[in-house]
Amino acid sequence: MKKRVLAMALVAAMAGTMLTGCGGNGGNSSNTGSDAGSAGTEADASAPAADGAKVVKIGVYEPASGDNGAGGKQEVLGMQYANEETPTVEIGGEEYTVQLEIVDNESSNDKGPSAASSLVSAGVSVVLGSYGSGVSIAASDVFKEAGIPAIGVTCTNPQVTEGNTHYFRICFLDPFQGTVLANFANANFSAKKAYILTKLGDDYSTGLGYYFKEAFTGLGGEVIEETFQEGNSDFTSYVTKAKNEGAEVFFAPVSTEAAALIIEQAAAQGLTIPMMAGDTWDSNVILNAAKGKDVQIYVTTFYQEGGNADFDNGFKGYINSNPTATANNGGDDTISAVSAMGYDAYYVALEALKAAGSTDPAAVNEALWKVNYTGVSGSITFDEVNGDAMRDTAYVKCANTESGEWDFVAEQGVN
Amino acid sequence: MDWITKNLPYLMAGVSVGGQYALIAIGYTMVYGILRLINFAHGDIFMVAGLIMVYATTAMPIYIAIPLMIVVTVFLGFMVERVAYKPLRSAPRMSIMISAIGVSYLLQNMALYVTGGLSQQYPTIPWISDTVTIFGATTKRVTLITPVLTIVLVVALVLLIKKTKIGMAMRAASRDFETSQLMGIKINSVISMTFIIGTFLAAVGSLLFFTNYTGVTPTAGAMPGLKAFVAAVFGGIGSIPGAVIGAFIIGICENIIKGLGWTTFSDAFTFALLIVILIAKPTGLFGEKATDKV
Repeated sequence: MKKRVLAMALVAAMAGTMLTGCGGNGGNSSNTGSDAGSAGTEADASAPAADGAKVVKIGVYEPASGDNGAGGKQEVLGMQYANEETPTVEIGGEEYTVQLEIVDNESSNDKGPSAASSLVSAGVSVVLGSYGSGVSIAASDVFKEAGIPAIGVTCTNPQVTEGNTHYFRICFLDPFQGTVLANFANANFSAKKAYILTKLGDDYSTGLGYYFKEAFTGLGGEVIEETFQEGNSDFTSYVTKAKNEGAEVFFAPVSTEAAALIIEQAAAQGLTIPMMAGDTWDSNVILNAAKGKDVQIYVTTFYQEGGNADFDNGFKGYINSNPTATANNGGDDTISAVSAMGYDAYYVALEALKAAGSTDPAAVNEALWKVNYTGVSGSITFDEVNGDAMRDTAYVKCANTESGEWDFVAEQGVN
Repeated sequence: MDWITKNLPYLMAGVSVGGQYALIAIGYTMVYGILRLINFAHGDIFMVAGLIMVYATTAMPIYIAIPLMIVVTVFLGFMVERVAYKPLRSAPRMSIMISAIGVSYLLQNMALYVTGGLSQQYPTIPWISDTVTIFGATTKRVTLITPVLTIVLVVALVLLIKKTKIGMAMRAASRDFETSQLMGIKINSVISMTFIIGTFLAAVGSLLFFTNYTGVTPTAGAMPGLKAFVAAVFGGIGSIPGAVIGAFIIGICENIIKGLGWTTFSDAFTFALLIVILIAKPTGLFGEKATDKV
């Protein structure tokens, strides 16, 4: 009996030390929520004292862990920065404080809906997110049933907005992005054979892979397709295959987590052909993985650093002023396109709230159709069928493996 | 020559990943041999070893970080046994199994908390991370070192078990737990030793594995752990040479399947192989015949 009590005490002690031990650098994910909360309360204090209690909640449905955790955190940073810059909004003649309700969908299609439900029960007026198409599709019905409109930030798969009236989107779509990439591969590398690597069960990855293939074969090219599974970390045989088949470009629209492994192993095996990917690869995770290695990496993305000096400086200042923000941005102040998109999404939501003149989700949903906003990433208006932003340009960037920065290559449309 | 250049990378990847699975599989098989317990937390200890290395190298030079990582990991393995398994020694086997699953999730969630869910870049270890070229195929030096190091460690382990006193005690304990206790073997120290050896090998395995595949995530240990477990069962759980051979077979087959272009099915194949072998030979390749003690 004594022994059992002792064992119990030991368990408690072990768990205890682990918790305290991790306290120092642990708070990355859990702090984001409370940060937003405290930003909200600070804003409360500075709001007109007469009716400082008016609060409108904007839900943030983003991954903070899992495959897309890195990208999700950067997207949230954009929103938090925007929230800090403009913490209040005038709705129907009254000043409201905007409070961000941040949840973590864990990059998982299974866990997304329950995160979405917690936003619904928090009583948000509009939802922003997510990074990653799969989780957006997974949570779509939860928002639909609750009658809450959602603004997709960087989910590029067409299915997110297709056939519904509550999901909007401010970025370009994969059929467009896939075509841009295929055109670029054809024009710049005169590639006739492409190797496509996608992740099984990932809507974004398989979708973009499919549209790239369509466009590339349409240009007379030939493709080799392969897939990998969740949890795979051995990409050597895929790289070998691409080499053996004589592919001229390596196209891998995958999460940054897998991408870092692919780059590492491609470099180890001396893969010299250009590697291309979509918007997910526009991240400092990729830059860090590629730094000092002999690889060529090209990506398409939503925003090019330098596109809007005010935003760039302000955002860098925000990241550098706050250690949690620096950690969430991957340890440096490189601006990811997803942060700019998160920033724009926040202002689109404010525009919709203003136009609706009410915090009622149904009114916001109606108002969103007519929103016309020019953000740092360009002009945003929604088409009348699916609520997709009308976008016609993507930026192509190339990773500079010496300086660890993105070099601007071209602004590309489809024609 | 051209054929070799094209296909050698698959074989090298297979042998190297097989070696890494083998180092993990020994931990499963030894613990099973003595305690009849499948230590589900083993794959997660492997992952934690990777994380310790990531954090250790930010604070100290690599030649201190490596021994420190091994020592801390071994201590963790030892503590897990003392805290989560030892108090349950006389409990039904199912309870210990559930406790092992609990430890596994505890470690994963601790890692999630510490890392914030993001993939951590494993440090580059000089020399073994260098790129080398053999027969026109380029790879990291660690790919070549892994099988050699695995075999050296396994030979050392087998010698330890066959020639030393503690090895003899281990063999006795795995043969008959209760009787060996009656013969004056200090069963607790034997079990602790088993865990220490198992986690030591897992720590070395993690060093080799993450040098090749450089992202450490909270779930990074799950798949290698599962594959190593399959390898241990495949070779006959409880048998050390069996685990090693099973691991090499699985690693090589997996990469050949990928090389043939059936990438989608490479994991399915691993598990199908397990089912087939269990149907044909329920005790695995080198498994001892099941003798029910009456």
